[in-house]
Amino acid sequence: MVTFGGGARDEETFMPDGQENIPHLLTDLMPRATFFSQMVNRGILGHYVATASLATGAYETFNNFAAVPPDRPTVFEYFRKDLKRPAVDAWVVAPSNGFNRIGESGNRSYGRGWGAGVILPKRLLAAALSSSEGAAYEHLLRDNYETPLYAPDLGGNQIELHQMAEVLRLSVADFAAHARVLASPDELSVYIARQLMRQLAPSLLWITLHDIDIAHSGTYSLYLEAIRRTDRLCGEIWSNIQSEPEYAGKTNMFILPDFGRDSDDDAGGNGFQHHRTGDALSRTTWMMAMGPGVRENMVVDRAAEPTDLVPTLGALLGFDARLSQGKPLPEVL
Amino acid sequence: MLPRELQASQFAGYPPQARQLAAGLVSLLQQLPIGFLPLLLREIIVYDWKFPPERNELEHQLAYLESRSPDQRRQLLAGFEKLHLPHGLEAFDWVNEPGQFSEQLTTHLWATLQIDAFRAAAIDYVRTINAAAPHAPPAMPRLSMVVLGKDVAENQYRLFRKLRPYGVYFNRVKPENGLRILLDAAAARAQAHPAPYGHWYIDGGREEPVSSEGLVRFSYDSLAPARAALQDKMQKTFQSGMGPEAFRTMLARMRPAELGLGDAPDAVLSRFQVSVLTEGSGTQIFSTTFVQWAAREAFRRAQPLTLLLRFAPRQRARPMNELLAETQRKPELDPQGSLVDADMGAYYTWLNQQRLAGAEQSSFLVWFEDHNEAVAIGPALARATESGSPVDLQHLVKQIS
Repeated sequence: MVTFGGGARDEETFMPDGQENIPHLLTDLMPRATFFSQMVNRGILGHYVATASLATGAYETFNNFAAVPPDRPTVFEYFRKDLKRPAVDAWVVAPSNGFNRIGESGNRSYGRGWGAGVILPKRLLAAALSSSEGAAYEHLLRDNYETPLYAPDLGGNQIELHQMAEVLRLSVADFAAHARVLASPDELSVYIARQLMRQLAPSLLWITLHDIDIAHSGTYSLYLEAIRRTDRLCGEIWSNIQSEPEYAGKTNMFILPDFGRDSDDDAGGNGFQHHRTGDALSRTTWMMAMGPGVRENMVVDRAAEPTDLVPTLGALLGFDARLSQGKPLPEVL
Repeated sequence: MLPRELQASQFAGYPPQARQLAAGLVSLLQQLPIGFLPLLLREIIVYDWKFPPERNELEHQLAYLESRSPDQRRQLLAGFEKLHLPHGLEAFDWVNEPGQFSEQLTTHLWATLQIDAFRAAAIDYVRTINAAAPHAPPAMPRLSMVVLGKDVAENQYRLFRKLRPYGVYFNRVKPENGLRILLDAAAARAQAHPAPYGHWYIDGGREEPVSSEGLVRFSYDSLAPARAALQDKMQKTFQSGMGPEAFRTMLARMRPAELGLGDAPDAVLSRFQVSVLTEGSGTQIFSTTFVQWAAREAFRRAQPLTLLLRFAPRQRARPMNELLAETQRKPELDPQGSLVDADMGAYYTWLNQQRLAGAEQSSFLVWFEDHNEAVAIGPALARATESGSPVDLQHLVKQIS
């Protein structure tokens, strides 16, 4: 599962003017995918709460900026409890401290002990660096631009630096050395995801990309640059899947933005910069599904909702997302 | 507190003109629903620092509400009345802190999935108010002129892609003396048709000299001391670990004096400048964002007849703590990225101009500074056409003025 980083509009992706920004999605992935052209998010358009809603299959309503777990069980809990999977089989790679509670819910029947491990690569990198080294890596450590000054206290089950060396068999020195050549936080996330795939080969891996949210700074060029980078990273993730023996030929991948951004036509917003109006463009986006059993080169034009994702994963993998609000998508089953 | 308990004395903390306005309307305000009244007070409390068109619109809105019978008002505001609000919100000091109330209300509406209902109610309300008294046409057709691409030597990006369908794309513009021609054109309009806050020049770098008393003008550079003061406060807030809501409240409460603008001769303009820096996301650190947002707000609030914008290179993207220290160092600039930002900014400026009365008579010009490309849009110009004829900016301005 890959979220296409931080709210992207159709206008800059799949609409004619935007297609130059997504060559990998269009040329490499689209021919292999079933493409849903209308994923309508009817929930809160804040990144953490919307991503949590994606993970639970229900529209969560907590404060987007609070470090709280989702109310309903996450896909990781359904997956692990129903299928009796060990903790190392479900992982989340998340962009910023705000996402540290996304691995498991506060639901009494699931919750503690049934969730996914959460890796916050930026936090690991910050911990790995001495204060004198920080300057060389700061481009990888920036948090989101909607709340640039906010970093909530942690308290989830994210792994810490000393665990990284054990879990990923990656030395702190190697990690820091590799990070130095990367261009953005999302590159760091994908690097960590690759290590996870190679070392632990989890069955369920959730990567939340977030670079695109730089749009909140109002700089269109940086927003486009982030979309192009995210497009390339999605292509690389799919290539990795095909090149890793544990994954090749037996892995499904789903890609979707958490939501869109405001329309140019809504006077209440400021176009691509934010996602505050709740207009149709900010709520409507797309999803690509690919892998074994999924029809290739197929477009589904009916409206679906992002809450349908978890029940669909349940139908594919064999768990019951009993507290989700969505319905399985028959087009990919 | 509920609206029906409202007393005139409770407006004692309002600025003088706002206090007088609100106190004279108490019997009307008492009848408005709690999901609506604080939003109206949010406008009234800043009445003293509103531009003339904003004052007119607010006065018209209040007069319209007063002219309705209780039943008609109830019908008009039914969408707001139906909102389910928690009791805690009523206890909030929405008379003196209507902006903060509005923030909390928005959070609640999103969390309870009522935001779409609120949005529909607001659209209906505004439509009804506007239909009751359509905006008067401007005293002269509006003209916006946008200059972008400073310091870009070569460019591969297809400029003006969103604006070309609405006007003529010129690819043999003579760039000589171009900026001066546009500055003089703005000054001439300001002199010929004086109007309070009617003609503006906003620069994303250093302000160019221009001789006109009637031209409102400021720049990213001229506000450097205010931005430095703000960046310092933002850094300190960052270090204190304050949450986002408290951070926004801190920004919303910022006064010109706190940013060194307390002695500015024009209190309305300095309030506007502070609002651009505190309400606009990215305006404190990126000059391209500053220009685009300032133009948006100028159009929305002051509805100028003339707007001259000049985008300049912004600092390159860096981690937030470095961006916030911009005024303490010599930042590396990104002219090419700024060109792309400004290209979208020009499009948004045109869209915002077209939202105002007299749009069908309005004109627009955007020019790639020191280069040969421009787009001109106006009632006398064809749409989606291209001209390869040599033309100078003087001629283009004349064509659309």
